[in-house]
Amino acid sequence: MTIMEPRKHGSSADGVVGGRLSRIEGQLKVTGAATYALEYPTEGLAHAVLVQSTVAAGRVVKVDTASALSSPGVLMVLTPEDDLGLRVSGDWGGNPPEDLPYHPLPREVQFNGQSIAAVVAETREQAAEAARLVSVTYEEQPGVADLDDPKAGEGKLLAHLSVAWGDAEAALVAAPVRIEADYRTPREYHCAMEPHGLTAKWEDDQLIIWEPSQWSHGMARMYAEWFSLPSENVRIISPFIGGGFGSKGQPLAFGAVAAAAARKLGRPVRLAVTRPQNFTSYGGRAATRQTIKLGATPDGILQAIIHRGANETSVYADVPEQTGAATPILYKVENFSSESRVVPVNTVSPGALRGPGKNPSAFGIECAMEELAYALNMDPLELRLKNYADHDYQSGKPWSTRQLREALTQGAEAFGWSKRNPAPRSMRKGRKLLGWGIGCGTFPVIQAPSEAMIRILSNGRVEVVSGSIDMGQGTYTILAQTASEALGVPVDQVDVVLGDSRLPGAAIAGGSMLAGSITGAVHKAALAARDELIGLALGASGSPFRDTGANTLTIQDGRLSLPREDSPTMNLPELLASLGRDHIEIRRNTLPEDLSLQDQQKSWGNMSRVQGPTMGDYSMHSWCAHFAEVEVDEDFGTVRVSRMVSAFDCGRLYNPRLVESQWRGGIIMGIGQALLEEGVVDPRNGRTMNSNLGDYLVPTNADIPDIEVISVGIPDLRASALGGKGVGEVGIVGVAPAIANAVFHATGKRVRDLPITLEKLI
Amino acid sequence: MLDFSYSRAGSLAEAGTLAAGEGVRILAGGTTLLDLAKCGVEMPETVIDILSLEGLDGISVEATGARIGALAKMSAVADHAGISAHCPAISQSLTLAASAQLRNMATIGGNLLQRTRCPYFRDPVSFPNCNKRNPGSGCAAIGGVTRNHAVLGTSEQCIATYHGDLAVALTAFDAVVETDRRTIPIDAFFLLPQDRPDRETVLERGEMITGISIPASAAAKNSLYLKVRDRQSYEFAAASAAVGLEFEADGRTLKDVRVAVGGVATKPWRAKGVEEALLGKPLTTAALAEAARLSVDGAMSHGGNHYKIDLLPRVVARAIETVAVTLAPQLAAELGEPA
Repeated sequence: MTIMEPRKHGSSADGVVGGRLSRIEGQLKVTGAATYALEYPTEGLAHAVLVQSTVAAGRVVKVDTASALSSPGVLMVLTPEDDLGLRVSGDWGGNPPEDLPYHPLPREVQFNGQSIAAVVAETREQAAEAARLVSVTYEEQPGVADLDDPKAGEGKLLAHLSVAWGDAEAALVAAPVRIEADYRTPREYHCAMEPHGLTAKWEDDQLIIWEPSQWSHGMARMYAEWFSLPSENVRIISPFIGGGFGSKGQPLAFGAVAAAAARKLGRPVRLAVTRPQNFTSYGGRAATRQTIKLGATPDGILQAIIHRGANETSVYADVPEQTGAATPILYKVENFSSESRVVPVNTVSPGALRGPGKNPSAFGIECAMEELAYALNMDPLELRLKNYADHDYQSGKPWSTRQLREALTQGAEAFGWSKRNPAPRSMRKGRKLLGWGIGCGTFPVIQAPSEAMIRILSNGRVEVVSGSIDMGQGTYTILAQTASEALGVPVDQVDVVLGDSRLPGAAIAGGSMLAGSITGAVHKAALAARDELIGLALGASGSPFRDTGANTLTIQDGRLSLPREDSPTMNLPELLASLGRDHIEIRRNTLPEDLSLQDQQKSWGNMSRVQGPTMGDYSMHSWCAHFAEVEVDEDFGTVRVSRMVSAFDCGRLYNPRLVESQWRGGIIMGIGQALLEEGVVDPRNGRTMNSNLGDYLVPTNADIPDIEVISVGIPDLRASALGGKGVGEVGIVGVAPAIANAVFHATGKRVRDLPITLEKLI
Repeated sequence: MLDFSYSRAGSLAEAGTLAAGEGVRILAGGTTLLDLAKCGVEMPETVIDILSLEGLDGISVEATGARIGALAKMSAVADHAGISAHCPAISQSLTLAASAQLRNMATIGGNLLQRTRCPYFRDPVSFPNCNKRNPGSGCAAIGGVTRNHAVLGTSEQCIATYHGDLAVALTAFDAVVETDRRTIPIDAFFLLPQDRPDRETVLERGEMITGISIPASAAAKNSLYLKVRDRQSYEFAAASAAVGLEFEADGRTLKDVRVAVGGVATKPWRAKGVEEALLGKPLTTAALAEAARLSVDGAMSHGGNHYKIDLLPRVVARAIETVAVTLAPQLAAELGEPA
């Protein structure tokens, strides 16, 4: 099938917004009919394989390509010697790029595993073997392996992330009950099932890229800037994505290499990033450390929170992983202080990984709150409710909606929290220790405009067309539901076409912002299409409604009629036939109305119109409370999560089935983060030592217990047009502290550095 | 590309002749060979495929013992009711190993010959120094990331763990490896690294495993394979123990004790010290604790793997206790509940 062919779906009566329609592209995926970026058949394809550095820092002195070039099938070897003719691209915010050359295969080595050469050959196997024959000579320099390296130091303060109100130091000193603790999270990776890679093809000065993308328009713009082309000359095609988790929102160095190689060769080039190379070709979540000090009255009223956080970053970019992101908004506190630092080490620049900032931040504050609860001899649930934030103390603004109290109380009820014996080591199941813990989470509502097109075809089918993407979260399905409801057409009459930068612009599938944004645009376009259909039906020659004097019609089950029982009816094919129209097309966006067409076009490729959670009159966030039960075999130190109950406030749910799936997915990733995941580097050369799925451990099915998810949200029409708040990321936030807190309850041992592996408990 | 010649052996004799050449690797299930070829560790010039040889995948169980053909798949052995009755530890060691997909592909002969997961061994581009790959070049693991490295049987030349599970169970029950030339007791089959870590078994060039036999014993019948790890499935052991027991008629005195341990040593490791300390004596909590400590006799830590020295005696003790209480429930009061 071609990419433009609409995605079909099964029949279900549950097709309106809020219905539990199964994902409409599911059958294509499970039957293998969905086509991914490295599967597109292309004539004359050549294959590129990356060569990556084996030192942490230094300079490439020489790349000996002779034996690679004489290897069978080899077409080209690219090294730092080659000028690929690229310019640096602009940033996410849409600021114009600096006028500087861009070298995706640099001479200066900034981390172990950096791409420094590439071999292009007739087959992938030939390229891989020749890549092995490329011999690199380095002038090595001392590197900083990771955050634990003694050379790493304290890093630089990021003053713009400092947050303070009241007098936290004084309030802490005055507080009768105080705790202070250090928390650490390791380097973590996305490990999407589909590894990165692309197929790049030039047609004159048009560049076509098949690459998994969380943001087709943004990636097209950045590729275009690299190649000094107008954005519209680059087409990103990405109808299906095998998971992104934040890693597929921008083009990466290997993409520039593949596209440049294709231009040089005059042939399409495919580059598959190997699984080990996925660990260094883009950044995962930065390792973090944070110190939290809490002060409270003896009856548990918070007096002060002091947070000092730091995360590793690369030596070439200051990327914050904001360990202070959740700290200021979870609780009511009159005195607060937070500062964040970045510590440059020789790693690829860290990236965004599900719940960036909020996730490690919640690990700190939510562990600290339980430590405070034990210091106070108070139920951790009671402590959280006692310090419930009635408004956002950071911005001073009221919450748009905040059902965190309901999440805590309904979650506790479903979990059976009241049956908890508060004493550590007091609960057992056989010879195993049992522990219960709570972790709250939050993720901001981020708003962005989108555009959508509705096409009504002469056969009565409706197409929803958007350049937004579906990486498994359910965009196809909820857009069919949105259009079906607004138009009054059965959902199985709606087709959805996505994942192409030639299609109408959309927000990035990141920051949990896409669903709220794109449903708004589709809803607006569908309502406009509905009005258009009604207007046309009332005026059409031969229309049964023409002389009824009616000024409006209803559309139900795809049929137009008067709002009365004995009305004549007309279906969509009949209407289009009577109009002599092949199709009707309506395009709408949610940009400000006064923009020129050119400014509209520009809006889709950058984030200049993205709005944070407190830019309006309210503070808007999703919220959750996780309740975890663990079983610990104390002899072995092994922890297994035996039960999770998690309650969420994500506003209105467009499709509860798909939302629950995302929440569970986040919780499962959180279980991995709590117990298994840790990128390990050799301290001597910064090499990633577990860059494969056999050694970097993510949870298996056997590690995952029953997970009960509960929705406590109410529609929030300030957050989005249809009342939803983001669901994709909040699910992971708070899981790790819930588990760490449960481990403490089980064992009496407080593990403050993730993951909680067995040697930390024996 | 990595060019090699491939041929499918028509008979065992032909395979033996072909396999005697230079740069030859035998291919069965391929789960180790292909993996290591992708890492650049294995670069065979010739691959001899023996998977289609007939008569080498049989599984038979008789009163005197069991025999497993070299080409039997891990999954087939794991699911074999006769093997499970003859020696549950063998079935368990297989079920707890690898993933279902790998078990469906990997053969028993290849399973014994699986090579270490030492990440330094598996990354020749970044770490040229590896005495296993390149004798005399040094050991990059020492001084590096060693959480999964061995604490027993190491040398200054190599600390790589033998990660297999099945061979640990086989070692506990005196299995015999049959080749096309001879039979070799399993404990003599695997070599310590000493100063030649590249030599992992006593197999000579071209010699092929044809099967494994496991003599019948009460201890084998009353056996357990206990594998401890952070992830519930698809992870190598942090520490494991294969244990078999037989009691005297008093239900308390140990007539036979077998203990072998995995995930901690450079080869499948028979814990003779533990066995000798318990044999012929009544099993008590104190005796068990003291004996289990002997499992780490001579153990040496290399930093990140130190926890294995604490963990292993606990795994050994739990495995013995679990089998003992199953056999002699009256011991539960003293030894604790079965896990």
